[in-house]
Amino acid sequence: MTLWVNLLGMGLIMLIVWWFWLSRPRAQQTVGDAPVTVLVADGVYTPSRIEARAGQPLMLRFLRKDPSPCAEKVIFEKLNVSAELPVGKPYQLRLPPLVPGEYVFTCEMRMYRGSLVVK
Amino acid sequence: MRNPSHQSAQGHDPIRLSIAGMSCAGCVASVETALRAVPGVCEATVNLVERTAAVSGEVDSVELVAAVRAAGYDAAELRGVEDEEEKQAVESAHYRRLVRKAVAAGIVGAPLLVGDLLGWLPSVSSGDGRWFWLAAGLATLAAMAYSAGHIFTAAWKAFKVHNANMDTLIALGTGAAWLYSMAVVLWPEVVPSLAQHAYFEAAAVIIALVNFGAALEMRARGRTSQAIRRLIGLQPKTARVVRNGEERDIPLAEVGLDDSVRVRPGERIPVDGELIEGQSSVDESMLTGEAMPVMKQTGDQVVGGTINLTGSFLFQAKRIGRDTVLAGIVEMVRRAQASKPSIARLADRVAAVFVPSILIISVITFVAWYDFGPAPAVSFAIVTAMTVLIIACPCALGLATPISIMVGVGKAAEHGILIRNGEALQQAARLTTVVVDKTGTVTEGRPAVTRIVCLRDNDENGVLQLAASVEAGSEHPLAAAVLAAARVRDLPLSPLEGFEAVTGRGVAAHVQGKRVLFGNRQLMDERGVAVSAADAQMDALAREAATPMYLAVDGMLVGLIAVADPLKADARAAITRMRALGLRVVMITGDHRLTAEAVARQVGITDVIAQVLPQDKAARVAELQANGAVVAMVGDGVNDAPALAQADVGYAIGTGTDIAIESADVALMSGSLHGVADAIAVSQATLRNIKQNLFGAFIYNIVGIPVAAGVLYPLFGVLLNPMIAGAAMALSSVTVVSNANRLRWLKVRGVAA
Repeated sequence: MTLWVNLLGMGLIMLIVWWFWLSRPRAQQTVGDAPVTVLVADGVYTPSRIEARAGQPLMLRFLRKDPSPCAEKVIFEKLNVSAELPVGKPYQLRLPPLVPGEYVFTCEMRMYRGSLVVK
Repeated sequence: MRNPSHQSAQGHDPIRLSIAGMSCAGCVASVETALRAVPGVCEATVNLVERTAAVSGEVDSVELVAAVRAAGYDAAELRGVEDEEEKQAVESAHYRRLVRKAVAAGIVGAPLLVGDLLGWLPSVSSGDGRWFWLAAGLATLAAMAYSAGHIFTAAWKAFKVHNANMDTLIALGTGAAWLYSMAVVLWPEVVPSLAQHAYFEAAAVIIALVNFGAALEMRARGRTSQAIRRLIGLQPKTARVVRNGEERDIPLAEVGLDDSVRVRPGERIPVDGELIEGQSSVDESMLTGEAMPVMKQTGDQVVGGTINLTGSFLFQAKRIGRDTVLAGIVEMVRRAQASKPSIARLADRVAAVFVPSILIISVITFVAWYDFGPAPAVSFAIVTAMTVLIIACPCALGLATPISIMVGVGKAAEHGILIRNGEALQQAARLTTVVVDKTGTVTEGRPAVTRIVCLRDNDENGVLQLAASVEAGSEHPLAAAVLAAARVRDLPLSPLEGFEAVTGRGVAAHVQGKRVLFGNRQLMDERGVAVSAADAQMDALAREAATPMYLAVDGMLVGLIAVADPLKADARAAITRMRALGLRVVMITGDHRLTAEAVARQVGITDVIAQVLPQDKAARVAELQANGAVVAMVGDGVNDAPALAQADVGYAIGTGTDIAIESADVALMSGSLHGVADAIAVSQATLRNIKQNLFGAFIYNIVGIPVAAGVLYPLFGVLLNPMIAGAAMALSSVTVVSNANRLRWLKVRGVAA
């Protein structure tokens, strides 16, 4: 029994490391001609991984449903861009043309996390 | 739970614009064409009578305004600065919901907790006891579904996108407690008899505490945005607009460009514009921090949010909605509040890996207790693993910096200090040296005649009258000072003949047949005027930081006129304050060393960098930095932009409502040097506050997590109760927010503002 518990513990740790740090979700949506709407609700941005083309201005729409103050701001730290999201109304966030790379966007406390992958 | 009224906002309410410059039906067509050409516009209709346009579609108002402007008209979105009330309503509804959830979980958890402590509850293994615990377990499940449903949903959704957060920890902690307890109730035989204990009360009480903590935090956070609310509140709800010769009150959002707006004494000015009829004095202190009311006459600019004091006037609206100065200030403060200084980076890096790390620690804790713990090992293992999950608080870590920045930047804005970003605030707290530009910073920047010396049998007015007469054609700043002095004394100017401006020397002319020279010593020397008799007076004037000029008539020296840039009244007091903050104050100027030192002496500055060309100021700042100083540069933000940008923190002083000075990190709307001392004091206090918060949050987790894991047990035999861990967790973020709120009580100015 003890052996099994220990093995199970080790397996769990490996699973945590793999799931949260090593693997990444696939892009759920690509910014094309129409802006992507990011839903801010229940502790997650949906979609949480967005792809976009490099070198052209982007428009992201944020729709915040979560009234808790945690969800109030969305911050693109690398870009020094931040916005305050109104509850229940779409907010259009305009981004300048970007060079390829991954741009993480989070709430103030980094509990909401998403990434914009520019290719 | 969601308020259905917000769903409708997802549909596209048309954007309404105010259009200026339309005169005919042809204009209507061209504006409509311009609007329809913007990508995403479904429909655009222009109303010529109201001079408005309504646009529907998937489009941003900024693009529409740009399109109309490109077509040769002016436009602005029709809207108030913001609807804070709606936001507050949403927040208070959320607050009440959290309290209800806390109470519901408390109703289930509290009796179980009290009963357990007093030993009133039956054992899980007894026959009737099992039914009691089964009922308790189901009641807890119901409470969890109602009070923590949002936490479990959020945890699951986050998990699906490979993310873990606060909700993950709470969901796992309470979920594990409930599952284990239910297993004990259903199959008591699988765990040792000592371990037959249910932890339903822990799950329920923790959820009650988490909700209660979130509610308290919400309350406290509401207070942190008070500064913004106060600014937004400066805007009146309605405006009295004159249309078709008729005055009527309309909502602020309906005031269009070029509308004539009536403001009566005691009223707030609704939007920005230009005064077209009447005059009055206006109190702008709520925006600029400048206490003196400002006189406004026809053609002067008035700013929305300021108070009209004495007269009634009419002005034409020039900037509305998002374009007003007030909206600009709000936007700038918001942006700064959301920006993070580099001090937050460590906390952010920790927060990014925090939750998965806690999960791992929790698993290790479980296994360690299972392997090495005393009997009943499984019981100890589950309780400690759960306590680790519950006590860990990434929120306090993530919140530590932004919440203090929020309050600090807001506090500064209340004193007319606009901080552009959080990094400027952090740098300002590290400053060692403040470099102040002389002209316009220490001094008023407007030269004035300070002294007139008569050297013959003439009087001051005679000397001034003659000097003013010859200077009448000159455009030199010194001439302006002399002319202004003559105007104040009501001296009539005499006509000139043969006016001659000698560059860098002065002027010469014939006045009523007499040859008059007015200028510096070089001019006198060149024209053979003996001046040595006045040397003593000249030296005295130079020591007073005045620039003396000689007046000669027909080759004879008749008088001296000293022109100086008067010191700002509070410059000395402000500089004393800066030194009290431990800063070295250096004055930089293009003036001659003697003059510069004289000014410096009067305000208590010992370090002077004089005779610096404007373009070299940045290099001098860089030199100071190379010697290890962290330098603040204070200037007017126009002539010294490179130096402001070079400095670690650039302060633009006296910007008034012209806040969009890009070169400066901090815009001081008032002209007082106290603003700089205030800004530094606020920055230091805010950084101190951030450090306290970060220290608290780190220490809390560093101490709390091992204690929860049970490291004290082998030594002292103590274990942390999971419910205490829950209370500690809930309080930790409330503490951080409350500590940040202390900044609101900071006394910014030593002297009366």
